[in-house]
Amino acid sequence: MQTKLILAALRKHRLATLLIAMEIALACAVLCNACFMIANRLQLTRVNSGVDEKALAVLTLGGFDQAQPGDLNARVTAGLRAIPGMQSVSVINAVPFNEQGTNGGVTLDQAGKRFGGVVTFYTGGPGSFEALGLKLVAGRAPQTDDFQSMATFVPSDAQVVVSRTLAEHLWPGEDPLGKEFWCGGFHFRVMGVVAHMARPAAGEGGTGTIEWSVFVPTLPGHNLAGTYLLRADPADLPHVLRDAETAIAQIAPDVVLDHEGSRTVSDLRERYFRNDRVMAGMLLGVIAALLGVTALGIVGLASFWVAQRRKQIGIRRAIGATRGDILRYFQAENFLIVTFGIAFGMLLAYLLNAVLMKFYELPHLPLYYLPIGALSLWVLGQLAVLGPALRAAAVSPVVATRSV
Amino acid sequence: MFGYYLDLALRSLKRNKVLTVLMVLAIAVGIGASMTTLTVMHLLSGDPLPGRSQHLFYPQVDPSSSPSQKQPFDVMDYRSAVDLWSAHRADRQALVAHATLKLRSPETNQPPLMAKTLATTSDFFPMFNVPFQYGSGWSADDDARNTRVVVISDDLNRKLFGGANSVGRTLQLKDSDVRIVGVLAPWRPSPVFYDVAGGRFSNGDTANFYGKPEDVYLPFGAGQDINPNSFEMFTCWGDDDGKHQQTSPCVWVALWVELDSATKASDYTSFLASYVAQQKSLGRFVHADDSRLMGLMQWLDFNRVVPSDVRLQMWLAFAFLAICLFNTVGLLLAKFLRRAGEIGVRRALGATRSAVFAQCLVEAGLIGVLGGIGGWLLTMLGLWLIRRQPVEYADLAHLDVAMFLSTFALAVVVSLLAGALPALRASRIAPALQLKTL
Repeated sequence: MQTKLILAALRKHRLATLLIAMEIALACAVLCNACFMIANRLQLTRVNSGVDEKALAVLTLGGFDQAQPGDLNARVTAGLRAIPGMQSVSVINAVPFNEQGTNGGVTLDQAGKRFGGVVTFYTGGPGSFEALGLKLVAGRAPQTDDFQSMATFVPSDAQVVVSRTLAEHLWPGEDPLGKEFWCGGFHFRVMGVVAHMARPAAGEGGTGTIEWSVFVPTLPGHNLAGTYLLRADPADLPHVLRDAETAIAQIAPDVVLDHEGSRTVSDLRERYFRNDRVMAGMLLGVIAALLGVTALGIVGLASFWVAQRRKQIGIRRAIGATRGDILRYFQAENFLIVTFGIAFGMLLAYLLNAVLMKFYELPHLPLYYLPIGALSLWVLGQLAVLGPALRAAAVSPVVATRSV
Repeated sequence: MFGYYLDLALRSLKRNKVLTVLMVLAIAVGIGASMTTLTVMHLLSGDPLPGRSQHLFYPQVDPSSSPSQKQPFDVMDYRSAVDLWSAHRADRQALVAHATLKLRSPETNQPPLMAKTLATTSDFFPMFNVPFQYGSGWSADDDARNTRVVVISDDLNRKLFGGANSVGRTLQLKDSDVRIVGVLAPWRPSPVFYDVAGGRFSNGDTANFYGKPEDVYLPFGAGQDINPNSFEMFTCWGDDDGKHQQTSPCVWVALWVELDSATKASDYTSFLASYVAQQKSLGRFVHADDSRLMGLMQWLDFNRVVPSDVRLQMWLAFAFLAICLFNTVGLLLAKFLRRAGEIGVRRALGATRSAVFAQCLVEAGLIGVLGGIGGWLLTMLGLWLIRRQPVEYADLAHLDVAMFLSTFALAVVVSLLAGALPALRASRIAPALQLKTL
């Protein structure tokens, strides 16, 4: 009944209506995409590293010759194991999120024709596999005989453990156990699959490849020295790591402790995803400011319209409209404008998503973001218009008789 | 007349304080967000060497034997780089290779530390306008004789020598003694352009190009003597035994050349092509058509040095500004049209349409100036927040004069833009109609 009336009134204010509708359309487009990006970023930060993060720390040393570390590993592991609370010390080349590690392109045939992707090689000494706490889902864990000495960056022919994600990528739908792959002249055979094993950093393949890791059992020695995996009870870990850092000065006075590179794995994870969290926080801030500004716009315009139509409201009240009628009139008017905005905004949201997909690593905007965005804008519009509408409803019928 | 309009505008703004505050706030927040992100963008995408960048070029060749290679590597293998460098066909040329080496300072009582080291050649300093605080770079003769001299950064000089003139002092780099010949003045190229490589493999996460430059600089040959076979590799195309870096199938040396005219640049391109052809005929290269000579800015573009998050933030801020703009247009429209009666009287008394238009624009401009002040304060706040972020470029985030002025320019332009449409509508109000209803 009122809709016709409202449309007739809005036709008188075409430009203002169009402007506020456009504002809502833009807000709708940005809101949907920003929410989607927040969800994406937060999902990234929830990657399962597969290791017992809370119980693990890494200690990094520098300033010695990687090719000839001498007895450094023996001195350091023996020295660190003496620290009270230390459960295990092992040699490893990298841990998840410490942004070091060795990457290499692997092929599924010896000739190097079938490229499999760029993966991370974890080279870990005896004890490191158990210390990491990786969960085996098929095959077996490395045994004493599997540890071989380093050729250059990995042993030349090794039995390895891969992550389930990598196994599914390299051999989709097949049993990965016993499968072979190559990296140049290096040959690997899969002996086990773990549920999850995150890389030290996602690398060139993008965030989708964060679990493309291979664990290669390797004997510590040349090119595998200076990075130590410490395991302790989560409650003891911070002070165990601190003690280990101080102990290094006595154990190996000739090397330099890398303070930045000596942290708990939880710390490393926190640091690794900090940018994503900051970005998510920023997007959240933008959404809040966006909704705030949109609401202010609605309040401002509605207030003006109420003030402008005081006389008409008075006349309507005088000829029988109730307060509720007036209130509902402004609410319905707002609902109509917001609906126009949302209709156009959904289109914009999809266009914006298409642009973002082109430049950023983003999937398609799932459809359910649209009704959620629409609903929140409807609610926002109703809340914003409530104040002015109540003021309109409070206009006394006697106004109609004044200054005519 | 302007003064009168200004007075009118002030009165009008005072009449409805809440609405004025809302409009000013909307513009301020929009401007603050856009200028914060624009400033970061401006800092990160700017020319690191204004006036010189057009003369700097980055040659690339493809020494790989694998057939899958579609374009040259981002850096060069030792032999190609050294061949091209020793040909001395450019006005200046510098080799660049990286290592992190143990550094001790026997003359001061400091614990050893790991220093980011750049092995380069004497032209590096004049070519890249590197500022010196004490001493100077080394000579071409030092390059030839592998003299064990170093130039250190201001940061390192402060750490080791408290900022005093340390020229002539001796440091121990890895296991060798080196003599300091120069100390740099504070130097913070943004990005550290001569180290940029591999940007296209980093998925937009390129903030590390904006870190601090190296602490120690030493002659390339001396670096080879002090730290044999242990420089950082970019990548390898074959199996590397780790013992013979100079002949390994790996790329790890970058070459920068200075070519002062377009003719020289095209001459160098043909020189590069002839070198590659020669290497192919010698059997060392397989790909002869894969060489490239990019200018500095082109190379930075190719590597997409500006982190994708920074770009995203900027677009987000501008979308936000657009919403603020729509908001202001709507409010101004309502505000001006509400004064229809007033405007009708002015028109009836003889004011022209343009006079009414000007009056409305002055009011919009005033809101813009107020919004600009708010926007400037919010920009300062935004940059302060960015400086507290754990990103490599955090310490660079400051407002320069150009960006300070752009803040106000943007605010006024935005508000005039926002005011134009409502002012136009207001100036077309028919006076007769308004006078009737008074």
